[in-house]
Amino acid sequence: MGDKTDVWQGTLALMVLKTLESMGPLHGYGIARRIEQTSGDLLSLNYGTLYPALLRLEQEGAIASEWGLSENNRRAKFYSLTRTGRRLLHKETRSWEQTTAILARFLAPSEEA
Amino acid sequence: MNHLRAWLRRLAGLVPTQQQEQEFSSELESHLQLHIDDNLRFGMTPEEARRNAILKLGGVEHTKQAHRGRRTLPLLETTLQDVCYALRQLRRSPGFTATAILMLALGIGASIAIFAFVDAALIKPLPYTDPTRLADVAERGAAFSRSNLSYLDFVDWQRLNKTFSSLDAYGGGGYLLSTPSGVEPVPAARVSDGFFRTLGVRPILGRDFYSGEDQPNAPATVILTYGTWQRRFGGRKDILNQTITLSGTPTTVIGVLPEDFQFAPRGSAEFWSTLHDHNNCEKRRSCHNLFAIGRLKDGVSFETAQADMAAIAKQLEIQYPGSNRDQGANIGRLSELIVGTIRPILLVLLAGACLLLIIACVNVASLLLVRSESRRREFAVREALGASPARLIRQFITEGLVLISAGTLAGLAAGTLAMRLLLSLISRDMLSSMPYLSRLSLNTHVLLFTAVIALLAAAIFSLTPVLRLPTTAMREALNEGDRSSAGTLWRRLGANLVVLELTIAVVLLVSAGLLGKSFYRLLHVELGFDPSHLSTTYVSLAANTYSTPAGLDVATNKDENIVRIARNIIDRVSALPGVASVGITSMLPVSGNGNTDWIRIVGHPFHGEHNEVNQRDVSADYLKTIHARLIRGRLFTDQEDSTRPKVAVINKAFAEKYFPGEDPIGEKYGNGDLKPESIREIVGIVDNIRESSLDEDIWPAEYTPFNQETDSYFAVVVRTSADEKSLLPALSAAIHQVDPRIGTLDEQTMLQRIDNSQTAYLHRSAAWLVGGFAALALLLGVIGLYGVIAYSVSQRTREIGVRMALGAQRATVYQLILREAGLLTAIGIAAGIVCALVAATLLRGLLFQIRTWDLSTLALVAIVLGIAALIASYIPAHRAASINPVEALRAE
Repeated sequence: MGDKTDVWQGTLALMVLKTLESMGPLHGYGIARRIEQTSGDLLSLNYGTLYPALLRLEQEGAIASEWGLSENNRRAKFYSLTRTGRRLLHKETRSWEQTTAILARFLAPSEEA
Repeated sequence: MNHLRAWLRRLAGLVPTQQQEQEFSSELESHLQLHIDDNLRFGMTPEEARRNAILKLGGVEHTKQAHRGRRTLPLLETTLQDVCYALRQLRRSPGFTATAILMLALGIGASIAIFAFVDAALIKPLPYTDPTRLADVAERGAAFSRSNLSYLDFVDWQRLNKTFSSLDAYGGGGYLLSTPSGVEPVPAARVSDGFFRTLGVRPILGRDFYSGEDQPNAPATVILTYGTWQRRFGGRKDILNQTITLSGTPTTVIGVLPEDFQFAPRGSAEFWSTLHDHNNCEKRRSCHNLFAIGRLKDGVSFETAQADMAAIAKQLEIQYPGSNRDQGANIGRLSELIVGTIRPILLVLLAGACLLLIIACVNVASLLLVRSESRRREFAVREALGASPARLIRQFITEGLVLISAGTLAGLAAGTLAMRLLLSLISRDMLSSMPYLSRLSLNTHVLLFTAVIALLAAAIFSLTPVLRLPTTAMREALNEGDRSSAGTLWRRLGANLVVLELTIAVVLLVSAGLLGKSFYRLLHVELGFDPSHLSTTYVSLAANTYSTPAGLDVATNKDENIVRIARNIIDRVSALPGVASVGITSMLPVSGNGNTDWIRIVGHPFHGEHNEVNQRDVSADYLKTIHARLIRGRLFTDQEDSTRPKVAVINKAFAEKYFPGEDPIGEKYGNGDLKPESIREIVGIVDNIRESSLDEDIWPAEYTPFNQETDSYFAVVVRTSADEKSLLPALSAAIHQVDPRIGTLDEQTMLQRIDNSQTAYLHRSAAWLVGGFAALALLLGVIGLYGVIAYSVSQRTREIGVRMALGAQRATVYQLILREAGLLTAIGIAAGIVCALVAATLLRGLLFQIRTWDLSTLALVAIVLGIAALIASYIPAHRAASINPVEALRAE
């Protein structure tokens, strides 16, 4: 796996966590759609890539899963944020904000010049 | 933390569960269903909705694969798959698997067992402080390069040397320990005061000897070994400051040595006392009965110490010309003294075991090669089905590693067993002279060695098939006709391996033959007496038990007492049923040169040189009892005691060396200054009796009447018409009947004594072990040859079929196959003999009365190997000759 994918994987995980925080328990399809919608359809997500990321978060104990019924009565696996996940989300959010702030500062002067 | 958790869960995911797979399938199914529902709501047709959902997902199988990869650890998972597959493959051919593992276990087990001995004897340092700085200090006499040190010389050496920070002497000995049930002879050692400090050993209980505690006015004190303390005194702490009676002397116990204490030169000693009780020998400078150890000062080399001591010895030689003429110094490493004799044997054995291991590895590797050949098509199919070359190679290596692991485990078990077995074969006496073997165990060194050989074997195993697995050629292997080229390549490689095996087998066989022949010669060396039907025991009389009534001359009276008690013993033992005759000697034959006397022939020119001859004080019937051959003159009688003129019987070597061309009978000799009381007349000459150990030279020897030269420690020799072994208990009992205060020890038959002597022992173990290795090597080498020839025949089935169809006779086919085998064998034997000649020169130190290029051994080995090879290749040749040409041609 290349570095790019790792970064992508990291951001994808952050998006998943954030989505689950704001939406509550959600199934894989719902998470994917929600991410697309939130990004204003700028992000075209291959839904399949979501599942390894979900598995990884679950293995790390950030999320938990449970089978349940969807709004239109379909059986689906619902993911929800755990306490560890909440902590991870805050930590990651802060570090992401820091990264973007630094990058913003880097990019700002070149615009001025 | 989280990463670790994730990793552990992935590790747990290795256990393949159908459930996980199914669960994800249904999750994906529900995902697609939800998506399709949405799509339908947007107005797509059902087919369109499904296609779009799958497209958006990025493929169902692809997603599953990615999920699976994340679920477990892919590398580990495929490795596990490989291992399972390898196990399945090996289970499918149990014959191959069992053979391979057995061969590896043999090779690895033998190496491990021998290495454990090497480790215990040669690698682990001696259990002393800074053992590499300890020196063995001895004198150098004209006849012995390392001879005992005289006490007075030792005192001067200790005082004058500038190279040792401490120098301490030790001597052997034994005491009669008084116990409630009578006296018991116990092995002991006597040392100078700083002995344990020089070694760096401290008692775990009580104290070390005080400085000055070895002086004549000091009270008698003793330190116990741990084993003695436990065994004889129940490990009681209050043993300290208690008084025990050693040879009639009340002695205070002052300390107990650590459990792991050992001192091989006096390995059996149970009681460690000081040299405070100077015996007669220690009062004379010309009498040598001690050895010494020294700790080198910082920065001083052994060579410097040798020079220093040699200079002091020279100085003493000038000062005391009578006693010290030609007495130099011999300084060596203490470790060399302790393990020097066993080192060459162990190294030879280790080399033998390693050669065996190589043969085993080569054999198994060649079996693997044969399998890799026959599995070319299987691999080609697997590659065609999409396995990557790397994965195929990994699969192959895994198979090798599985074999190695099983072989190593089995080898460890076999090695441990072999270690136990070898150790139990060593007699107790031998073990006490090699106390370091008590540390023999499956320790980290041995395990490390095992790991190293396992890794090496793994490397060989992994590399050979990989070299033979040209993946580009794989697709071609699917074409059936293409096997001749691959077959030839393997045949060439396999042939080289077999030549290597046969070469090693020849080297081991020749070594075993030479060692075996040496051992045979050693046991059949001319003894000069008849060792069968002789029972022997040593007898110890406590010196002061036969105390002197007041007013009589001490020496004479003590001697008379001993003569009387010796006569009583002889009378009592002679009365035992089946006893033909009884003799007494100060030292039994085949126990080694030593206990010498310096003589001067009356009427011969003399310049103060030390004419060293073995001296044995024997009873009148001794020479008759052992069946020594009288050449001239007469033996002495029981009446020739201290009241009669002194006489002696000499051996042939004495007569030849000191009376060349003269008749010694009637001639006289005495000590260096011809003191009147030392003069004795030669009355007889006997043929050389082997006093020396089996592999030593015969020295001149004098046999003097026991009644004129008494000893309080001597051996009783009994010739019996009955079984000499069953007589031993009766012999001891008869001696105790004379006086219960007499100690008897070391009861053995003469044949047992010869058989258990260190020389015989070392030669026997070397011969048997190398013989065992050689037999295994022969077996494995021949199996290897069989494998190669059989494979070659199976590859050439079609060719042979064609030849026969074209009119070749069966005899020609035999010839064809046997020629191939014969060539390999001939090359193997020739190369082996060249290598064996080199190996034999390395073995020289272990050979006895045999040349390194012993033609009969070489010829015998060549014949044995030739016949074995012929049998091994006859079986496939026969198979080739019975090929039915029609079937052979019809076969693919």
